[in-house]
Amino acid sequence: MASRKDGAVAEIEKKIIEAFEVFDHECNKTVDVREIGSIVRSLGCFPTEAELHELLAKVEEEEPTGYINLEKFLPVMTKVLLDRSYQPIPEDVLLHAFEVSLKRIFIKTKCLFCLSGEPFTEEEMEDMLSTALDPETNTVRYRDYISMMIVDET
Amino acid sequence: MGNCTSLQPLQFRRLALFLSLAFKAAVLIQQWYRRYVARLEMRRRCTWRIFQSIEYACEQDQIKLHNFFSYLMDHFTPSSSKERDFISRMFISGESFKEAELEKYCDYESMEVPDSYTGPRLSFPLLPDHATALLEAFKQKQQLHARYVLNLLHETRKHLKQLPNISHVSTCYSEEVTVCGDLHGQLDDLFFIFYKNGLPSPSKSYVFNGDFVDRGKQSLEILIILFTFLLIYPKEVHLNRGNHEDHMVNLRYGFAKEVMQKYKVHGKKILKMIQNVFCWLPLATLIDQKVLIIHGGISDTTDLDMLQKIQRNKFISVLRGKKRKESNKDVEIQEINGESKVEAESSESESDLSLSPQPRPAPSITNRLEFSKWLRQTVQEQIEWCRQLVDSESEPEEPTYSSVVSLTELDAQCWTHQEEWKQILDILWSDPMPQEGCRVNTVRGGGCYFGPDVTDKILEKYNLQFLIRSHECKHEGYEFCHNRKVLTIFSASNYYEIGSNRGAYVKLGPDLVPHFVQYQASKTAHTLTMTQRISRVEESAFRALREKLFAHTSALISAFKAYDKDNTGKISLSSWAMAVESVLHLGLPWRMLRPQLVRSTVDGMLEYKSWLDDLAMEQRSQEHIQSSLLEVIYRNRSNLETIFRIIDRDHSGLISFEEFRQTWKLFSTHMNIELTDDGIDDLVRSIDFNKDGNIDFNEFLEAFRLVKQSQPILFQRPR
Repeated sequence: MASRKDGAVAEIEKKIIEAFEVFDHECNKTVDVREIGSIVRSLGCFPTEAELHELLAKVEEEEPTGYINLEKFLPVMTKVLLDRSYQPIPEDVLLHAFEVSLKRIFIKTKCLFCLSGEPFTEEEMEDMLSTALDPETNTVRYRDYISMMIVDET
Repeated sequence: MGNCTSLQPLQFRRLALFLSLAFKAAVLIQQWYRRYVARLEMRRRCTWRIFQSIEYACEQDQIKLHNFFSYLMDHFTPSSSKERDFISRMFISGESFKEAELEKYCDYESMEVPDSYTGPRLSFPLLPDHATALLEAFKQKQQLHARYVLNLLHETRKHLKQLPNISHVSTCYSEEVTVCGDLHGQLDDLFFIFYKNGLPSPSKSYVFNGDFVDRGKQSLEILIILFTFLLIYPKEVHLNRGNHEDHMVNLRYGFAKEVMQKYKVHGKKILKMIQNVFCWLPLATLIDQKVLIIHGGISDTTDLDMLQKIQRNKFISVLRGKKRKESNKDVEIQEINGESKVEAESSESESDLSLSPQPRPAPSITNRLEFSKWLRQTVQEQIEWCRQLVDSESEPEEPTYSSVVSLTELDAQCWTHQEEWKQILDILWSDPMPQEGCRVNTVRGGGCYFGPDVTDKILEKYNLQFLIRSHECKHEGYEFCHNRKVLTIFSASNYYEIGSNRGAYVKLGPDLVPHFVQYQASKTAHTLTMTQRISRVEESAFRALREKLFAHTSALISAFKAYDKDNTGKISLSSWAMAVESVLHLGLPWRMLRPQLVRSTVDGMLEYKSWLDDLAMEQRSQEHIQSSLLEVIYRNRSNLETIFRIIDRDHSGLISFEEFRQTWKLFSTHMNIELTDDGIDDLVRSIDFNKDGNIDFNEFLEAFRLVKQSQPILFQRPR
């Protein structure tokens, strides 16, 4: 039914606007371009950095000002949510990923994450290690870590 | 196998395969991790928004309180002189003291200090050793004897009286100046600042920018320390008045309570003295004539020349004094108006006195301009009308201690009392806003929102470089705005909850380039991971939010029912969000908050009745009290507390049963609740705090706080 679909779209738009406004410090419908990643991810998406750059290209002004307008962001993001782009990775795949990268192939964690196609910054690396690393055994208890990251999901 | 620097093709291919797999896996993990961090950030910001909107919404309580009093004047005809006394006491809360009377009343010299007292003993003039002794004593949780407290307050007042309204500091004498923001009774933060930055001394200047008291539990200790250093190093220590240096505000936000609890015998005297000392605090500080430091902010009418010259001590509570023409008789008819200070138009019209002005229906809050106009007019009319009524019954005015000012001085100044009052109100209560212009600060009920253009004008007019202010909690302890021309500095860390924010102080050298030091004065905060910290603050915020939701149960049910025309008992989450906002008016991102508030949904629909029941589960079990009454208590706890404190003139924490019943009778009529005398008796009995015909209202109010939930609402309550 057309009206129900419109209702769903309206609801999605409201959600996007809410998330956007949380980061809109000056209350003028703009956010810092660096916050777009947080906004997109907190709306339930799992874009890779590359996908995020693509998205940004669509919402940025012709002359990048460092700010993104709600006007441009809203339609693009609505489409993302309707198309269900950037879907989450299932938990078992994530588990497998940990096992593959950390267990089977003996590569150091830091090396792995900082040399990957979408490398962590120093800060991200420190942050992740501080939560993921078990100080007593000096290992990453990845099953616990995954549970922690996932429990948050709605 | 060849030597270690070369591989066979097959081995190379396998390694390459493994590596690419590993990196793919890594990217997967990173994707998840980044999403997790983004969610945390969103949660942190939402939590912040909750705390702020609840804090500011509380300040709107003042307006409700005011409506209550105007309702009283309108509908209640005192049937006995006793009742008349009761009502008029709500309007005349302070006694005016002449200076000599004040000294006599708060006399300390006759107070004996027993030999058993092991705390610091002060003698005047104070020496650095006294300060160190005090700091040490407070670290050991000792209490300063009331005699020394009063003595200190007397000396502080003597000193402050000689100071101008605007203090001047120069960086050439003491190379650096340290500026601290709100402390709000958080002694640990002050200790930290002294530890990290050093104590005040001839080579270490300090400016403390107001809001030393309220909310935190050690406001009095902070005052004692600050006043002590003020007297020891008068050239180096400067204090600005904040909006919380105001006894009406102290009644509501905990400082009055703290003093009475710590000093059961002499608390009242101490409070009276402090009330007086507060109004002698300077209003602003200027560094090198280039940096202006005020507590709140400015407005488009801020006039430093006027500020220099007015008699700041006339404004005991930044309340409207009586609007009389060139009279030096400032009677303290104090409206129980606390923080709802409204700017007065000098060209307002007199309202018709025969009829009580009924408040017009308020326009929607979303139209801020309309709302602020309505607010200004409504409150203005009510104040005026109430005062007229009270005037007709009041005693002939006595000149207050401010009558020491000669008539000639007063004739010389041509400002009205109103204009002066507005100047002070604006600098103590205003907040900066990103948009240009200047409009009434409807959220706080006093002062204004000032834009970058207002800032620029003031800086240009007085040849200043930038402003420093406090008044607003900032996550990092400080924040620039208006193109780095306004700096907010906030020194109370963990203000909302442990881990909520850092505190900061700023140092300025002769180059006037600010250097910041941030901190979080809590051992617990450091041992928590970021996730734990955010979760903890979040928990606290949501508890407060759920309490607010509970307090509006009836209204919420009506709102939900409106979305549930078919009476299925369920509504969509979208409708839920709209309904909740329409009732609470907090402007929060409800869809973002929903996961924390609504745990169980069926097909995206929420069973609202059981959701509200679960909320009710968290409140203390008061099944014998009717639920509508319970709601009223929760919704108006802050106002109730203020009313009780006003009635409790001797600050004993107790009011008589009779007074309690009177208050309730009036309040319940106003709130349209059926409450018989028996109902009130039941109320009293059920909470079981009756003490010899007196009621400890602290206990009463405590009974209506949210219980900390040990189990999350995830688990269904057994039916």
